[in-house]
Amino acid sequence: MPTFADINGQRPFGRVADTQPDRVNMRLLVIEDDRDAADYLVKAFREVGHVADAAIDGDDGLAMAIDGQYDVLIVDRMLPKRDGLSLIGALRAKGIETPCLILSALGQVDDRVKGLRAGGDDYLPKPYSFSELLARVEVLARRRVGRSEETVLRVGDLELDRLSHQVRRGNEEISLQPREFRLLEYLMQHAGQVVTRTMLLENVWDYHFDPQTNVIDVHISRLRSKIDKGFSQPLLHTIRGAGYMIRDGAR
Amino acid sequence: MTALGKLFRTTTFKLTLVYLTVFGLFAAFLLGYFALNTRRLITEQITDTVNAEITGLSEQYRQGGIRRLVIVVDARARRPGSSLYLVTTFAGEALAGNVTSLPPGTLDNPGWTETAYRRLDEADAADHPEHRALVRVFQLPGGFRLLVGRDLDERERLYNIVLAAGRWSIAIVIVLGLAGGLFVTRRVLRRVDAMTETTRTIMHGDLGGRLPVAGTGDEIDRLAENLNVMLERIEALMRGLKEVSDNIAHDLKTPLTRLRNRSEQALRTAKTEAEYRAALESTIEESDGLIRTFNALLMIARAESGQGRDDMREFDAAEIAHDVGELYEPLADEKGIMLKVEADTPAPVVGNRELISQALANLVDNSIKYAETVNGAAGEIVVRALTEGERILLTVTDSGPGIPEADRGRVVERFVRLEQSRSQPGSGLGLSLAAAVARLHGGELVLADNKPGLKSVIALPRGGPVQVSG
Repeated sequence: MPTFADINGQRPFGRVADTQPDRVNMRLLVIEDDRDAADYLVKAFREVGHVADAAIDGDDGLAMAIDGQYDVLIVDRMLPKRDGLSLIGALRAKGIETPCLILSALGQVDDRVKGLRAGGDDYLPKPYSFSELLARVEVLARRRVGRSEETVLRVGDLELDRLSHQVRRGNEEISLQPREFRLLEYLMQHAGQVVTRTMLLENVWDYHFDPQTNVIDVHISRLRSKIDKGFSQPLLHTIRGAGYMIRDGAR
Repeated sequence: MTALGKLFRTTTFKLTLVYLTVFGLFAAFLLGYFALNTRRLITEQITDTVNAEITGLSEQYRQGGIRRLVIVVDARARRPGSSLYLVTTFAGEALAGNVTSLPPGTLDNPGWTETAYRRLDEADAADHPEHRALVRVFQLPGGFRLLVGRDLDERERLYNIVLAAGRWSIAIVIVLGLAGGLFVTRRVLRRVDAMTETTRTIMHGDLGGRLPVAGTGDEIDRLAENLNVMLERIEALMRGLKEVSDNIAHDLKTPLTRLRNRSEQALRTAKTEAEYRAALESTIEESDGLIRTFNALLMIARAESGQGRDDMREFDAAEIAHDVGELYEPLADEKGIMLKVEADTPAPVVGNRELISQALANLVDNSIKYAETVNGAAGEIVVRALTEGERILLTVTDSGPGIPEADRGRVVERFVRLEQSRSQPGSGLGLSLAAAVARLHGGELVLADNKPGLKSVIALPRGGPVQVSG
């Protein structure tokens, strides 16, 4: 189940851009048959500095995806001429591994599993908030560069050793519960990127439902009190209206 | 006539006709066989006696010549009865006997003949009909001929009696069979008509109608009972559907109205950009809430209709209790509630892990909301996973206000919510969803008194849902 980022008192696009100094511009392709939705997405992506194109049916989308050097494809599941899953299948069959995010009105767990099995890299049920979509697209784009193989993750003076399960900040050893460790690990893997509550729930807890109350916030504030308390430079930031980000504020 | 036509077209009546035909044919065959056999038996008896007599008489002839034969035959011919005798000369002149009016040439063929004749004592009476007889002509040495026979009247009479009896009994079989068939058919037809009538009213929308059950336990009753169970299920589903739409109407219309009112008000009164922004923000917030409610309703509907059954496999419920407990522990802690998990022994169960996690999460979430409402400082929530016989129990106990006993049953029912819970944050569908998930797994959600507080239990069959039949 999706959570819908609270866009409280923030200019959703502008603010996200402000807080991501190390953003790189991406080339995105939106394949969506609803022109309004496609236009909205293209415009919103451009506003935050990405290059975005749109295709309105499956065949066009496939042709553009094959020709263009896109970083991430945003694919609607139900498309005229060729549905989203078969489009992804055709791309993968050609050996094109561009990350694909599937947008679908079908939000159930089994639909999600089907989408990922068909070669999609992420799945976002409609209706979605743009900040959620943006955060996921950016994570997908960086996945290739990937920090997942590194055994020691570093953000500023915070250091997480994935093998010995040790976390230290400066000279201080920080003891974390196993789940807090997973949470920090995920945040640090995506350092400098916005990570939404839903993404945390999916990747750290492996839950795909909406827990109604925002339990994630409380976990984050616990983690924050362990890694940031007593240090002058906070690393774990709340991105209002979107989620969280860990980054070295000194940069 | 149409009623009669309907009667004749029924399966029962057709079956009756078939049975009647088969039975009639069988009876006819039986009686015919009996009649023919009787006749053959009598004929055999006659030939045996006649043969014996001829042997005896020819012995007499051999010993005493024609004179003795004539005396013996004469004596025998005078006895009353059905025995026939005649002795003639070579020329055909009668010497003794009680037979006359034989068709010419009868005596010329030695051996067996069936022939017409008159008795000698009735020969002159023209009103006496000719009789029939089975005779044997025997050539005696010396040119004489001996005829011995038996009258066949008796045989024919018996034969006719049997035939008549046969005809009558077949007629009675047909009449009784038809009457019985009509009777049974009409009885069945009346019951089927009653059922048809009921189904028609049901088709017209009265889902409360039930088929009449005669209480005889026969096949029609069994059919009616099964159809009634089916109707019961359909009615329940329809009722559920109505509740769903009513609730969707309530749950979605209320926030939609609020949304609309706020936008309208903003258009009317907002002056500054900040005011417009605030209105837009509250619009997004409200629509997020709407989507959440919509998702919860959709999910309940899906669980209710049995979707999610494909994705069932074995997992450890104790692990889920720990996971969910761990997910909510900081939240509870923040609100001054102690959240403990007591699930030390593995409790394997077959089910949809995601859905059961969500159901348990909803119960915990629910308890956290209410435990805080009453007594923030001293609140305590315990999550347990236990195996009890063939079931596993996931229980959440809290020290909150609980749910009044009268309302407990209603709360678990699909889509029923307590009025006061509608004003709580969240979609408020948590318990309904938990109950739907439990039912999907063939289990149940039980709410009980924790004295004080609420004890909510998700009871699941360990082997997963058993497909219910009938």
